Amino acid sequence: MSFAFTNENLEQIEALKKRYPSPKALSLPCLWIAQYQEGMISLDAIEAIGTLIDTPSMEIYRVATFYTMFNLEPVGTYHIQLCKTLSCALCGKAEILEHLQTKLGIAAGESSADGRYTLTQVECLGSCGTAPVMQINDRYYENLDRKKIDSILEVLK
Amino acid sequence: MKSCKIVSRKFDIEQSHTLNIAREHGAYNAVESAFSLDGEAIIEIIKTSGLRGKGGGGAPAGKKLSLIPRDGKRPSYLVVNADESEPGTFKDRQIIAKDPHLLIEGMIITSYAIGAHDAYIYIRGEYYQFQKILQEAIDEAYAAGIIGEKVMEHDYRLDITVHRGAGAYICGEKSALLESMEGKRGHPRLKPHQPEPEWYFGNPTLVSNVETIASVPFIVKNGADAYRQYGTKSSPGSLLFGLSGHVNRPGIYEVEFGVSMFEYIEHFGGGIKNGKKLKAVIPGGASTPVLTVEEAMCANLDYETLRAMGSSLGTGGMIVMDEDTCMVSALKNLLEFYHHESCGQCTPCREGTGWVDGILATLLEGKGRQEDIDRLLDVSGTMNGTTICVFAPAVSGVIDAFVQKFRGEFEAYLKEAR
Ligand SMILES: Cc1cc2nc3c(=O)[nH]c(=O)nc-3n(C[C@H](O)[C@H](O)[C@H](O)COP(=O)(O)O)c2cc1C
Ligand code: SF4
Ligand code: FES
Repeated sequence: MSFAFTNENLEQIEALKKRYPSPKALSLPCLWIAQYQEGMISLDAIEAIGTLIDTPSMEIYRVATFYTMFNLEPVGTYHIQLCKTLSCALCGKAEILEHLQTKLGIAAGESSADGRYTLTQVECLGSCGTAPVMQINDRYYENLDRKKIDSILEVLK
Repeated sequence: MKSCKIVSRKFDIEQSHTLNIAREHGAYNAVESAFSLDGEAIIEIIKTSGLRGKGGGGAPAGKKLSLIPRDGKRPSYLVVNADESEPGTFKDRQIIAKDPHLLIEGMIITSYAIGAHDAYIYIRGEYYQFQKILQEAIDEAYAAGIIGEKVMEHDYRLDITVHRGAGAYICGEKSALLESMEGKRGHPRLKPHQPEPEWYFGNPTLVSNVETIASVPFIVKNGADAYRQYGTKSSPGSLLFGLSGHVNRPGIYEVEFGVSMFEYIEHFGGGIKNGKKLKAVIPGGASTPVLTVEEAMCANLDYETLRAMGSSLGTGGMIVMDEDTCMVSALKNLLEFYHHESCGQCTPCREGTGWVDGILATLLEGKGRQEDIDRLLDVSGTMNGTTICVFAPAVSGVIDAFVQKFRGEFEAYLKEAR
């Protein structure tokens, strides 16, 4: 499976190059663009990014594996990430986790067989005042309770 | 208790994130005041105001600005730290979502003061929905000629670029942040010499927190004395303090420095949830040593009082815990965080966080032994003072405070074990 950035994405990367003192600065932006294009980061994408920004692909690989938000494995269509850190834990995260696991039929760290859902626990989302909090793909869902989870999952179906 | 609206002035206004509404309420007025002065004069005003960095360290902001060489020999940069990953902290996000033009205004003035023509905002990857609001505000500012080739018709170029992180707490540490912005892993740099300025691709760079930069327009427009009217002598001005955990009304409420912590919790937080009693408060983000209820009752929200108590004001994000909270579990929760987030460069940090997490797990399972409690403190001791960045020493302070102040709870798990 080879990888090539779409023309539109290539233009975006070229425009970004003008904003930085060195093209090497673009490893994170390029990884993001690749992840949106493909749903995950493949080794071929890492190779392509390395060529594009004049950086050894091994270095891009090291970077991609350092940051938790880059998916080097496929994830479900809906990536549900529940915050597990202190403020959320104090405000009932355990109950939310249990409810999510029951409703989705998967444990934290797993994906559903149909590939629709992945459930993970993550560290503080910077939304402690509206705990418990989860993120589904790019959006936050705050002040969670069982009822709210039910209606969110209903919409995703 | 009165709230104080220096940074949060526009927060309650509908559509305050759009340029038109922001301008109706005075956005970008301070830019004219700034451009009537030279950079050094602006830095002087900021110095006199006593503004302190609001990212957790509280370093004098004016001094940091003056350390950026202004010889015009090479470029310098401004990087705004919007990584906001310290558990209990969710203040910068309010500025980004509710008043992004205030941040842009502060960036214009600060960039002009240090002679930077390229400014960046490093925002944590999870904040994508807020990043979009910020980017729209930046686009509006470009279109209106507020930034770009000219700053509001002044002969000064300023480009602002948003750089998205990708999930790594340590990238909030300023040198790790710049490593990350250079396209590398977020590893803090070894800094044998002066801590400031930082360097971005070999050029001097100011890294400053969102709220620090958002405080600059008020100061430049109204003068240093206006800022000093609020707060205490050594902690002038205000902070977007925050409450989370067991309070009735968690949230961000700006007040001047120096107010009573307990009154703040009562007044803004509406007291403890479910009519419970207060047990402990982590005063300023997870990395600040926990306070007992007795300490919290007499603490004031300023740098000097909390330091004198052996803790720290940090980011001002208070995590409130009620009488039913298990302090061993709370510490375990934090150690899981630190173990996950240690960048792994230094052995005491990488191994120590995992080791303490493991001992706490044993305790909670009821399999702990008497010597385990002292071992917690021993391991903690190895993490203090032998590492590249202050992550590990901070964790050490967190462990010590929990174990020393709530030792009885740790010992109770041993009794259950027998
Ligand atoms: C482990 C660690 C994490 C940090 N995280 C943040 C952060 O998320 N946001 C922030 O503004 N500062 C953070 N800081 C502080 C920065 O290193 C830096 O001091 C700050 O951004 C400077 O801005 P200020 O002077 O305006 O406070 C962190 C420091 C450490 C050691
Ligand atoms: S103290 Fe910890 S986080 Fe800081 S550089 Fe060392 S290993 Fe990394
Ligand atoms: S602890 Fe969950 S958002 Fe901060």
